[in-house]
Amino acid sequence: MIGVLVRRDLRRAFAGSAWLPMAFFLLVATLVPFAVGPDARLLSRIGPGALWIAALTAALLPIERLIEPDRASGMLDQFAVHGLAEESVAAAKILAHWVSFGPPLLIAAALGSTLLALDTATLWRTMIALAVGTPALAALAVAVAALTAGLPRAGALAGILLLPLAVPLLIFGAAATAQSGSGALLLEAAVSLFIVAGAPFVAGAAIRSARS
Amino acid sequence: MSAPLLSFDDVSLWRGGRVLFEHLNLIIGAGDGLHLCGPNGVGKSSLIRLAAGLLRAASGTVHRSGFALADDALALDPELPLRQALLFWCALARGQQRCVDEALETLGLRHLADVPVRLLSAGQAKRATLARVVASQASLWLLDEPLNGLDAEGVERLAHVLAVHRAGGGGVLAASHMPLPGAWTQLELGH
Repeated sequence: MIGVLVRRDLRRAFAGSAWLPMAFFLLVATLVPFAVGPDARLLSRIGPGALWIAALTAALLPIERLIEPDRASGMLDQFAVHGLAEESVAAAKILAHWVSFGPPLLIAAALGSTLLALDTATLWRTMIALAVGTPALAALAVAVAALTAGLPRAGALAGILLLPLAVPLLIFGAAATAQSGSGALLLEAAVSLFIVAGAPFVAGAAIRSARS
Repeated sequence: MSAPLLSFDDVSLWRGGRVLFEHLNLIIGAGDGLHLCGPNGVGKSSLIRLAAGLLRAASGTVHRSGFALADDALALDPELPLRQALLFWCALARGQQRCVDEALETLGLRHLADVPVRLLSAGQAKRATLARVVASQASLWLLDEPLNGLDAEGVERLAHVLAVHRAGGGGVLAASHMPLPGAWTQLELGH
């Protein structure tokens, strides 16, 4: 049953706007050289951090289409009628969202790194740190989408909710891009696991409480 | 006598700090049809949602067997052709594709099978939600305002599927402020 849900979400994501966060990520990465100037040494020093900020802002874009359309059209109610736990629905949505968000973001990061004069070693470390972080970003996006579904100005509210929650991820993720960053990478992985494990329960409870 | 399809035992429901009903008992068995009536805002839809397990009772217990719900939410992917959108629920319930085709036929939607859901008119969308219930093969149907948007021919088709469902041992709980076709036990809320 979960497989049917994941397939549906993937079909909707790739038929719709899965490329949008990727384009947004590249745009933000493009702005950095314009903002700080073409100094290659400076760019390569702030490059990994800039990519992380681009990733966080790109994670905000899909939030409004993750839960709200299904809540408004009664799909979430029908999932419950079919005996699916809200937590399972949320877990399926996190998995599907990660597949449509994580790998495209990594491709965009590889492209964006050329704009920021990253050397190959730093690029690899940044890619690994982003790869470890994207499941948590996807999980946070689904949880925040469930918390704000149906509220007025949900998009703005979602940003205010998600970005502070992503700070631990950003701290360890950005530190993991440094040369001596293996310890930070482990901590980032721990934060990521914690968020991925907790998010389905937060999202499930939010979906349930939105009904009454 | 077999177990009831739906039973409310001393059920009370509160919404937004207001009592909608208290100490309600009802039983729907095989072949039964219960028509919830009463003015707007009296709690008909809430009772349906409570029966579906989407709301929690303040007190009392609700028992239900396998059921299907049709309310005013379409719950079909707007970009998919109608038949495929219905097949999604069929796949989720591990049902047979044949049921979807039969449901489309009985509700007069066969010619719309390849039309995207977003292009359906209000009446056609209502038929589509009813087709979802018919295709589910559940023994208990919970219908919220099933007549809304239906034309005379649609009402006739609905009357037919309801009669077939109840004759086959199914039960129906329907909320409507209009008279429903067929023989129904009436339950008037707000008294």
